[in-house]
Amino acid sequence: MTEAPAAARQGEVARALRGFLPACAVLWEEEDTRPYECDGLTAYRQLPMVVALPETEEQVRRILETCSSMKIPVVPRGAGTGLSGGALPSGDGVLLSMAKFMRVLRVDPRARIAVVQPGVRNAAISEAAAPLGLYYAPDPSSQIACTIGGNVAENAGGVHCLKYGLTVHNVLRLRGFTVAGEPVEFGSHGPDAPGYDLLALAIGSEGMLVVVTEVTVKLLPRPQCARVVMASFDDLEKAGQAVAEVIAAGIIPAGLEMMDRPATRAVEQFVGAGYDLDAAAILLCESDGTPEEVEDEIARMREVLARCGASRMTVSRDEAERLRFWSGRKSAFPAMGRISPDYYCMDGTIPRKRLGEVLAFIGEMERKYGLRCPNVFHAGDGNLHPLILYDANNPDELRRTELFAAEVLEKCVAAGGTITGEHGVGVEKINQMCIQFRPDELELFLAVKRAFDPAMLLNPGKAVPTLARCAEYGRMHVHGGKLPHPELPRF
Amino acid sequence: MTLGVLQERIREAAARGTPLRLRGGGSKDFYGNEPRGELLDTRGYAGIASYEPSELVVTARCGTPLAELEHTLRQSGQCLPFEPPHFAPGATFGGCVAAGLSGPRRACAGALRDFVLGVKLVDGRGRALGFGGQVMKNVAGYDLSRLAAGSLGTLGLIAEASLKVLPLPACELTLQLEASEAAALDSMNLWAGQPLPVSATAWHRGALRVRLSGSEPAVRAAARKIGGAQLDQEEQFWHDVREHRHAFFGGSEPLWRLAVPSVCAPLGLPGDTLIEWGGALRWVRAQDAREIAAKAGGHATLFRSQGKRQGVFAALDPVAMGLHRRLKAAFDPAAILNPGRMYPEL
Repeated sequence: MTEAPAAARQGEVARALRGFLPACAVLWEEEDTRPYECDGLTAYRQLPMVVALPETEEQVRRILETCSSMKIPVVPRGAGTGLSGGALPSGDGVLLSMAKFMRVLRVDPRARIAVVQPGVRNAAISEAAAPLGLYYAPDPSSQIACTIGGNVAENAGGVHCLKYGLTVHNVLRLRGFTVAGEPVEFGSHGPDAPGYDLLALAIGSEGMLVVVTEVTVKLLPRPQCARVVMASFDDLEKAGQAVAEVIAAGIIPAGLEMMDRPATRAVEQFVGAGYDLDAAAILLCESDGTPEEVEDEIARMREVLARCGASRMTVSRDEAERLRFWSGRKSAFPAMGRISPDYYCMDGTIPRKRLGEVLAFIGEMERKYGLRCPNVFHAGDGNLHPLILYDANNPDELRRTELFAAEVLEKCVAAGGTITGEHGVGVEKINQMCIQFRPDELELFLAVKRAFDPAMLLNPGKAVPTLARCAEYGRMHVHGGKLPHPELPRF
Repeated sequence: MTLGVLQERIREAAARGTPLRLRGGGSKDFYGNEPRGELLDTRGYAGIASYEPSELVVTARCGTPLAELEHTLRQSGQCLPFEPPHFAPGATFGGCVAAGLSGPRRACAGALRDFVLGVKLVDGRGRALGFGGQVMKNVAGYDLSRLAAGSLGTLGLIAEASLKVLPLPACELTLQLEASEAAALDSMNLWAGQPLPVSATAWHRGALRVRLSGSEPAVRAAARKIGGAQLDQEEQFWHDVREHRHAFFGGSEPLWRLAVPSVCAPLGLPGDTLIEWGGALRWVRAQDAREIAAKAGGHATLFRSQGKRQGVFAALDPVAMGLHRRLKAAFDPAAILNPGRMYPEL
């Protein structure tokens, strides 16, 4: 799938873009376009025909206008940290990199907002707001690298979203363009903009409806203090029950995360977070707010966790210890890289009460496919991140990994959940969309896509499968998880 | 009533090209442009489909009385955090989601749409479609549930919706301070920038009320910091503001709802003003407030007025209206669902 695109078309498109972009902003030589061939989902690669690197809104508008009139697909890209292949290029299209849109335009402490360009890193927003005692709440694990534009495209979450919400709850306004180059502004600096909630529709649309050139985010006052309880359980089921009990007690923790023993053992070697390695699972349960609130809430959390059979509990004594407890969770993904050549991260979300059942199912799948699968998981909101360990150089392991993942995602749907909580569908989970949605529903998604992009040029082939594709997947599916022609790339 | 009955009514109307007026308890008949079409009463499709307090989710059918739903939640120590206004005793859950209106807690807790997790929608062809779900995080497919919330029934009949719920605050108290409009706006914005458990604010004619909600120690500490006197019958006060029973909302002069950046200075309108949401919501009695809202970087809605209502919502620019029209056509190709209720073109 990486053969050179038709040279004539490539020259034509590059020339058209060079008409208004400087030479350094249009790339088409293979050595220059190679870095854009994949995002964080490296199993899927495709060289783009041309890469465009605009730095003004006017340049973005003209790129879109030009590509629309030439019927050229456009794939927007932020930092390329996405885990579902949402920024996988089109071989016959333009990869629109927003990397040069990296300015924080305005931080208004009184209004508690920041107006930023889409290429600004997530963590950079909180860094810019920190001197004012404010921060931007959503904190995906990749926050030092991922950009706010990508967060908007994927509706990114993080470890604090049970209390503070996802990207959709923390973005007030977007400016950008339709694929035809028409300017749009969704949301407002005041509440509840008139008309349909196109702001909510655009967020999480995986770059398929509009190209965003400016984002206004809500900033929150940084909590005065935060402390985390680390609780050990000798049984996964008990840990799952404790999560439900904390919430049933009327507590909304700032963060509520679970890791199983294979996961804590892997990260402990990597960062030395001080985890209890004998526990079948540990919970990290955080409280934040004023010192009075935190003291009160930590006491209530400890009481519930003890009642649910926690075998050991440690409360962070200071900020350094709190960050150390979190360091293991936040570096869970890279830590897997130390114990396995490759890992495959899933993102299913389930009702919390089905946790024990789904974890047991994952255990069965480990045996069925002969692959290990540590679990880290945003327990507070039921978002699982099982990490299947495999070796990409062994084609059979990759094949088994994909079948393993597909079965787990379908189990999540059957349990009343979803195939993706925060990573997006992209190209990775497009087949599982056929399991989660019925043809009528997929058809309406496609109709919504056409309302914004009648020629289907903006990030085509992502997130929403065609009905023909689902029919094909359905036929493959009946063979009991054994895909025909496993050697063929499936995208 | 079954879902099939609602689907059949819509299919039939689509075939005949007959406009339908979707209506629950009629508590918001006054809101939006003049309703028209054959009545489709949604109250027969009612009941709480599922509710498990430890999952923080409730799923209910459209005809469920909002009061009944809130009562059920309260019995488990939970609530709809956006504090929706009812505006009449018969308000239904479906109407609440379709209107998309939030109450006093909006500035701190978020809007109705922030709590929508999923919907079951009957589109303009009578198809029952499910979007979103009952889990906290879900990015599979476009977010059509939040799009449906606040669409005034113009995209589909919201037959069922799943909302995130939250625990009731352990402790609440309301303080009353004397302040000019400008000073009140300053205080509201200052407090919002500090880690204080402020859950509602309201200013009217020199009196600023601020409600604190949270754990008792946090509420007590914040009350000492803010000062002022504790308000008696505070629950009644916030109820009256939310339900437009407060004296400000009486009389026959047109009532405008201005949504503006919270830091916007006093608007200087001659009529009476009531401010909520930390300064971001300004209720105004005036003949016209459109221009002043736009100048302030916000928009105005003609919330209540006498006589036939048209042009209630702020106009959209041509690109946005084009998107609205194409979305409407995707959901409701025969244009039969609440036609004109939001904009004449939809």
